[in-house]
Amino acid sequence: MRKVLMTLGIFLMLALPGVAQESAAQMAPATAGQGADPQTGLAAVLARNVTKIAKPSRMTIGPVIDEIAASGPGASRFLQAWADRRVGLRTSDDTLFLIEKKGQDYALSDPVTGASAGTAPRNEISEVKPNSGVRAVIGAALVRFLLSDPDPTKRREALTAIERDGEASHLAPLRASIAQEPDAQIRLEKQRLERLLTIRFGKDAGERVAAIDSFGADTGLDLRATLNPLVATQRKAFDGAPQGNVAKTLRLGRDLSEGEAYALLVAAKMAPERISDGAMKQALAANVVNGSVGGLPLADMSDPAKRELAYSALAKAGTVAPRLSEAEAQALIDAHSYADIYAEPDAAVTKAAEAGLARVSRKVGLMQSVDLGLDGLSLASIYFLAAIGLAITFGIMGVINMAHGEFITMGAYTGYVVQQFVPDYTASILIALPLAFAITFGAGVAMERLVIRYLYKRPLETLLATFGISIALQQLFKNIFGTQARPLTSPPWLDGALQINDIVSISYIRIAIFVLALVFLGLYLWVMKRTRLGLEVRAVTQNPSMAASMGINPDRINMLAFGFGSGIAGIAGVAIGLFAKVTSEMGQDYIVQSFMTVVVGGVGSIFGTLAGATLIGGLQKGIEFLNPSNTLAAQTYMILFIIIFIQFRPRGIVALKGRAAGD
Amino acid sequence: MRPGFLAKNPSVIWFLLILAIFTLTITLLSHAYGPGVISTSMVKTLGKTLCLCLIAIAMDLVWGYTGILSLGHFAFFGLGGYMIGMWLMYERTRDIVLASASDFPMTPQELQDAIGSQIFGVVGSSNLPAIWSFAGSLPMQLLLVVLVPGLLALVFGWLAFRSRVAGVYLSILTQAMTLALSLYLFQNESGLRGNNGLSGLQNIPGLSADQDHSSVWFLWASALALALGYLLAAAIVAGKFGSVMRGIRDDEARVRFLGYPVEGFKLFVFALTAVIAAIAGALYYPQAGIINPGEMAPIASIYLAVWVAIGGRGRLYGAVMGAFFVSIVSSWFTGGRVPDVPLGFYTIKWVDWWQVLLGLAFVLVTLLAPKGLSGLVDLIAGLRSPRRGGAPLGPDAGSLQQEEARE
Repeated sequence: MRKVLMTLGIFLMLALPGVAQESAAQMAPATAGQGADPQTGLAAVLARNVTKIAKPSRMTIGPVIDEIAASGPGASRFLQAWADRRVGLRTSDDTLFLIEKKGQDYALSDPVTGASAGTAPRNEISEVKPNSGVRAVIGAALVRFLLSDPDPTKRREALTAIERDGEASHLAPLRASIAQEPDAQIRLEKQRLERLLTIRFGKDAGERVAAIDSFGADTGLDLRATLNPLVATQRKAFDGAPQGNVAKTLRLGRDLSEGEAYALLVAAKMAPERISDGAMKQALAANVVNGSVGGLPLADMSDPAKRELAYSALAKAGTVAPRLSEAEAQALIDAHSYADIYAEPDAAVTKAAEAGLARVSRKVGLMQSVDLGLDGLSLASIYFLAAIGLAITFGIMGVINMAHGEFITMGAYTGYVVQQFVPDYTASILIALPLAFAITFGAGVAMERLVIRYLYKRPLETLLATFGISIALQQLFKNIFGTQARPLTSPPWLDGALQINDIVSISYIRIAIFVLALVFLGLYLWVMKRTRLGLEVRAVTQNPSMAASMGINPDRINMLAFGFGSGIAGIAGVAIGLFAKVTSEMGQDYIVQSFMTVVVGGVGSIFGTLAGATLIGGLQKGIEFLNPSNTLAAQTYMILFIIIFIQFRPRGIVALKGRAAGD
Repeated sequence: MRPGFLAKNPSVIWFLLILAIFTLTITLLSHAYGPGVISTSMVKTLGKTLCLCLIAIAMDLVWGYTGILSLGHFAFFGLGGYMIGMWLMYERTRDIVLASASDFPMTPQELQDAIGSQIFGVVGSSNLPAIWSFAGSLPMQLLLVVLVPGLLALVFGWLAFRSRVAGVYLSILTQAMTLALSLYLFQNESGLRGNNGLSGLQNIPGLSADQDHSSVWFLWASALALALGYLLAAAIVAGKFGSVMRGIRDDEARVRFLGYPVEGFKLFVFALTAVIAAIAGALYYPQAGIINPGEMAPIASIYLAVWVAIGGRGRLYGAVMGAFFVSIVSSWFTGGRVPDVPLGFYTIKWVDWWQVLLGLAFVLVTLLAPKGLSGLVDLIAGLRSPRRGGAPLGPDAGSLQQEEARE
């Protein structure tokens, strides 16, 4: 009876803070009615429990605090003060006061009403100092008051506290506080938390299963954190059939090895600890007598079976502790059964939780594949940027430029040097982009004039000569800029990431690179299809002598086209330098992939290059996802894939047909 | 009477003679058999250089004669080194384990585990992977030196040649293969100690001789292998087979239309040279003492092409000259023994600038001297290719050109 009334009291108090005082006053006689105590509410509770409050222990204080919390007005103030060590005991009459230090004295105030009760000298008051364990219990009780605190921040704090460290006792006050919650947002949070707590502490399985199902495929971390402990299992050995909420019956050999099974038996004290092979060896070695052990010659000890014989001989003689033989151990293992047992005893709940987690992981998987797709796309745009210059020099002109990677590096170093002079990151990038284009354009033109034009008929030698340039340039960069990585800082507005939800996010810098790749695709198409230069480039690559007889200067066109391709490499270098370290070897990291991109995509077609970059980027991210610990393996498998791919489509994804295919 | 093989190829005799004199001189000047003018480390460097000359011959066969610019031969070289290195490391570790073990005999399993944890302790593992199953047997590992790279070359070559991948595409593909292999070996899971590689290979198990002696013996072995490799290569290129190889290099389609199975020829040359490269690697790495996947990076294979190009393609002695010259000069420059050049405002340190020099030299050789160093031999021998310029003589006089007709 009393309990019911008290619960009612709490409910009303929480629900109707405004009228709580009144109702508590009306109820008080009822609660206290059974005892002879004239005081009511908090005062009565305090009076009854003075000793317990003054010397609290974690084990016994629980009921007292519950009683205080239920006692009516002033309870929250008292609990707060108690937790903050602002409660003192007047030793003369064993009365509790809220105290405050005032010089040598304490200012006292009434614990129920909070009204001042004068001062007392220090020696009359002994401070009540609850230990941390007790304070934690008080804190939990306080949460109930905080949940309906008029201050929304306080309510939020209380919710966070419950979320972090929820208890069964929180469920009732939380449920009670929902209906009165004025803030819609907080109410939603409260409802969510209430369902989470119901999953953990609900009274019966039906309630809990309903709460689990109500979440559907929610991907919140809090839900997963709630469900995961429910499906946690423990591996156990059983004498006979497995008992409890069995998750899985384990079969020897398939689900667990014999060694593990024996360890389980030992842990469950169903089998004696077995002397290990190493210990056996030591015991044998310690008992070598005249070149023999247990009656067997020492030389025989390289045979495990003989060792066991020798050991059992020793054990029989009593020199060493007996050891289970393999056969005996095997018999013990076979005589038991093994199963994974849920810690949660209710099968319906675990089943619902498993189903809920499966739903969640399906959705998470879906999100992750979206995220993976975005990652792949951004990697693809990097490869595309690195390869688009090659698509011109290699794809159209057929020149293998092994120094293409060094042009990328050159672009990145240009960005670095510009940032040394222009401290504003946005401005420096805007300056660096055209400057990098100009510098690498010049380098490309110089290279074409000095070396490549003599080698148009000898493609293999172009490869070697440009490789020579590549190693020379690489060493030159090393001599000028040193071997350590140089920073190329991106503008602040490119920092951070676009967060779409818990799982899917993409950094702004990658978006920028994606946009840049698109811009260059457009630029390439425009130059090639819409300008005089593009027309002439296409003419010269298809038939140089015919183009020459039409009044086009093939030398000039080759020079410009090569410069254009190299210039784009420079810009790609600035873009890549923004997220990768700028070193003299950074170009090397991209050169093989770039060639792969062009070859896989199909030489001579920009859309082929695009397809190649998408394929390679997506593939690399896909393989990395399957084996996240190992990017090296991802690259290995990707290259293997490309080698095999080339077998089936030697001309790439987009193969040119007819005369354009050349040869 | 038809002239014999050696009479037709005087360069072979010259080559063998020079090689013999070289080996003898080094032996007599070494610590082990002479006054010790040449240090043991120098003997090792020279022995290694001979191995590089051998792989350069392989490269010349595949590139200079058949026109396949393979950028993957250093992968085969490295694989050969790994195969012999596995035996060296296993045996040596076994000796160490046995020496440090107590009197109590070990079971085979315990021995295996002890060796495994010794070798793989650095990569945080302790059991020997399956690929080490034969590591205890020298004949098996020697067989693997030939088999593993040979089979890899066969499979790769078959795939590539079958789908008519040629020219620069093949170069890029072989480069990708090398990259894939070296990336694979960089992983700890590959079972070859990841980026630590195999080490301590200079100690030959069961050989009590010191490094002074064993380095000279390795020099002899390398010289012998080089001589045999040269003879084999010379025999191949001197015969009809060699003519077909050159035919494929100059006009593959025409050779195919004449009825030769071009793919088979290419595959044979590719696999054979892979095996030669592997043997060179198996001799190289015991002298180097350590092998790791970095050695197999694509750049090494490109350097190989650089040596052959600088030496002169299409001539066996050219390849040897190129490899010898460039690697000796390179070790001279990078060894820091070349005096710096003070320019007042800047001091040229050759350790830093050697690569630049090499790169530029390489461009110049490609552009100006396609014959490479072996062009010097022509100059000494007074050989000069005929001028083939001038106007055609017209249909009546065949397709000869003016200048050709005059000779």
